[in-house]
Amino acid sequence: MTDTVDAVVVGAGVVGCAIARELARHGLSVTVVDRAADVGEGTSKANTAILHTGFDTAPGSLESRLVSQGYHLLVAYAEAAGIAVEPTGALLVAWDDEQEAALPGLLDKARANGYEAARFIDAAEVRRREPHLGPGARAGLEVPGESIIDPWSVTLALATEATRARAMLRLGTSVEGIAEGADEHLVTLSDGRVRARWVINAAGLFSDRIDRMLGHDGFTITPRRGQLIVFDKLARGLVSGIVLPVPTERSKGVLVLPTVWGNVLLGPTAEDLEDRGDTATTEGGIDQLLAAGRAILPPLLDEEVTALYAGIRAATEHRDYQISLHASQRYVCVGGIRSTGLTAALAIAEHVADLLRSTGLKLAVRDDLGPPLVMPALGEAQQRPYQRADLIEEDPEYGRVLCHCEQVTAGEVRDACRSEVPATDLAGVRRRTRAMNGRCNGFFCGAEVVALSAARTGRTAGQLTMVDR
Amino acid sequence: MTRLATDSGAELSLETTVTGIDPSGVVSLVSPAGLAELRPRAVLVATGARERPRSARLIPGDRPAGVFTTGLLQQWVHVHHLPVGRRAIVEGAEHVSFSAAMTLRDAGVETVAMVTELPRHQTLGGFALASRFLMGIPLLTSTRVAAVHGRGRVSSVELADLTSGRRRTVEVDTVVFTGEWVPDHELARRAGVRIDPATKGPMTDGGGQTSVVGILAAGNVVHPGETAGMAALGGRRVAQRLAERLRRGDFDRPVGGVEVRVVEPLAWAWPNVVRPDDVPDRILLRTRTFTGRRTVSVEQDGRVLGQARLRHATPNRSLSIGGGWVADVDAAAGPVGLRLV
Ligand SMILES: Cc1cc2nc3c(=O)[nH]c(=O)nc-3n(C[C@H](O)[C@H](O)[C@H](O)COP(=O)(O)OP(=O)(O)OC[C@H]3O[C@@H](n4cnc5c(N)ncnc54)[C@H](O)[C@@H]3O)c2cc1C
Ligand SMILES: Cc1cc2nc3c(=O)[nH]c(=O)nc-3n(C[C@H](O)[C@H](O)[C@H](O)COP(=O)(O)OP(=O)(O)OC[C@H]3O[C@@H](n4cnc5c(N)ncnc54)[C@H](O)[C@@H]3O)c2cc1C
Repeated sequence: MTDTVDAVVVGAGVVGCAIARELARHGLSVTVVDRAADVGEGTSKANTAILHTGFDTAPGSLESRLVSQGYHLLVAYAEAAGIAVEPTGALLVAWDDEQEAALPGLLDKARANGYEAARFIDAAEVRRREPHLGPGARAGLEVPGESIIDPWSVTLALATEATRARAMLRLGTSVEGIAEGADEHLVTLSDGRVRARWVINAAGLFSDRIDRMLGHDGFTITPRRGQLIVFDKLARGLVSGIVLPVPTERSKGVLVLPTVWGNVLLGPTAEDLEDRGDTATTEGGIDQLLAAGRAILPPLLDEEVTALYAGIRAATEHRDYQISLHASQRYVCVGGIRSTGLTAALAIAEHVADLLRSTGLKLAVRDDLGPPLVMPALGEAQQRPYQRADLIEEDPEYGRVLCHCEQVTAGEVRDACRSEVPATDLAGVRRRTRAMNGRCNGFFCGAEVVALSAARTGRTAGQLTMVDR
Repeated sequence: MTRLATDSGAELSLETTVTGIDPSGVVSLVSPAGLAELRPRAVLVATGARERPRSARLIPGDRPAGVFTTGLLQQWVHVHHLPVGRRAIVEGAEHVSFSAAMTLRDAGVETVAMVTELPRHQTLGGFALASRFLMGIPLLTSTRVAAVHGRGRVSSVELADLTSGRRRTVEVDTVVFTGEWVPDHELARRAGVRIDPATKGPMTDGGGQTSVVGILAAGNVVHPGETAGMAALGGRRVAQRLAERLRRGDFDRPVGGVEVRVVEPLAWAWPNVVRPDDVPDRILLRTRTFTGRRTVSVEQDGRVLGQARLRHATPNRSLSIGGGWVADVDAAAGPVGLRLV
């Protein structure tokens, strides 16, 4: 266990997993550490799931560059790996004078970011595209490239490919301290330690803490919570694409958008918090979203809600990502990845690899990577197992639908429990399969899903649902 | 009942899920045996109702394990024998809520309170008294669960007293949301069937006919929250009527009808489509509030079709009135309205 690895990556969110995958596929020995029991348990599981073109990022920033590169990389990656992604496009809708007056500036900004496809559309065209919008839409800016994606499968795919390239995933253990050494660092974990030549800090909301462990003081995370409401699939017909607000001095506004699973999201809020772990939704937050939703898309509120959740953005006092190479210390900080990290993850990973190369480290693609990864099809626009006669003939468990609401089969639940990065609790099964995530929240299938998951993971139902801790 | 069905020649396909009903009547199925399509002359949707879960009740807080509906809890305990927790709170005080409390007791879980937003419980007095006496569970009325807290597992709930506005925290590891039945109408709705905004189920006449020719509905998908007996009786009536129509050969003709709408505090009525040539024996009714003896007035375009005296009404329990007035409905006029006077 005292073998020295080339790099330890702190954090198994989408960014840490992307970095671990990139480095491991280029021949480095990598250990990824996360305090959570599953990958993507931080901000990566609780966002708006948009693949941003980067049209509204700050021109010239690192974020702008990495988001627009990451966008193309992730579209291609998702398509190759069978991860649900839908090019729905987005429409910024102006509802008042101030917002309408802000549109030309946004078009200029998009162009300054190298994004040329945005264009104005008038009120009639806004209505034609989104006929269910509330009254009062004045004009819009169309951003055809904005897309939606399955964020859970992205993190899972990256983690899976990292482990296939021999990265070690150490979940359920946290980094408690780092002792710098001349040739290697000694990283103290809550359940052991790791020796590593390089430390890569991808600790999300705690990236400033890790940064301080290594003696730096360049930024502080100022957590900003975003609450969201998920509506049932029957609401999907109410929007064709992403409906974005026009940000103004006074407010950032609320989005309405479809998910790749066929739901509709309403959110997020933007609340500055003290507590980085406070992912609770609140009455105030939900009320604010419902009020906004009622104005933007009135019939949405008649549909059933399937989930409330909140994620926390790793904002800082700076306006850009906090990515820095400390070559002599053999440390890369990847902090302050605020509200675009899902989109940018693959580009951030390439950027980190480039930073390492710049110190003279040799990185060459391994030649034993094996066949490309294919993820389970969870998207509404994909062919799901319950729709595939060929799969069911091979394995009838794909014909046994457990979850009526999301049409999840026993075969998929089984697979989630014995995949390369398996589910370790009920929440993990839900993210990997969508079972119980529908309108009934498990009224029909929940007990069977838990019983089956227990049988397949070898964990007890009590462990999966944390009855005994 | 399964025997009754199979003895009469019905074929039962278990572990088979209907994934869609086309407006033209094609039914898509999936089972371990594969995919299949049926093209029956009639489709009867009897998909039942579910209890509205926590998320749909918009109850904020954390997202820990330990949150149930009664349906989930009973399968958890009685079918799969899974461990539940130690201390529970039950939201709701209708029939099924007491059933949840009994299941919790069977599973060795202490129920620290039942809470209801309404001023009283809504089950039969004797049942409530007996079960609470046996189990010693306090009933907190005019109270609701305002938030659920806990990382990983439920650690507490926040209760709000609706009268005083006061909040308090109760330490529990389990919460059961009971009742608030929502019809599982999605198959019907995707087939283009009209949905009643009051029941949230398909609108049907007394014969279960929906707005789409060839598609019928019966059971708790049309009248959410009835007992199994009521659902079964309703299903049998609809099946008899359907058989008659198929024999007569006029099944494929649209039958039309006038919608039945309710005014608060009435919650819903069923059948929610009526025709003067098809007089139902009874109309089922629910209220949102406890009401004393009141009169229901049935009106169409300002014309009073009939009036009926109600007994005391309890939310989440049905009453019924006679359907004789349906004979006087004007098939060419607007919707029929039911209101308390
Ligand atoms: C409301 C909201 C909406 C968003 N919408 C979008 C969007 O539409 N598109 C988009 O591209 N981005 C979006 N984002 C941003 C995106 O989700 C994040 O940028 C991204 O998930 C960040 O990933 P990460 O890996 O850096 O962080 P995280 O996912 O938070 O991962 C960090 C990990 O580090 C671990 N960790 C921390 N400290 C330690 C320690 N000491 N020891 C061990 N492990 C540790 C944590 O457990 C965590 O798992 C949104 C964010 C929010 C909050
Ligand atoms: C926890 C609980 C306790 C109850 N306790 C009592 C009680 O003590 N006494 C009492 O009288 N009543 C009780 N009830 C109510 C009783 O169960 C209902 O009244 C009755 O089941 C309604 O019958 P139904 O046929 O309309 O619907 P259900 O019994 O709900 O039947 C619907 C059926 O449709 C199937 N289905 C749904 N969608 C699909 C699809 N896409 N493809 C294939 N099949 C599908 C479901 O699997 C289900 O089998 C209770 C209900 C619950 C949930």
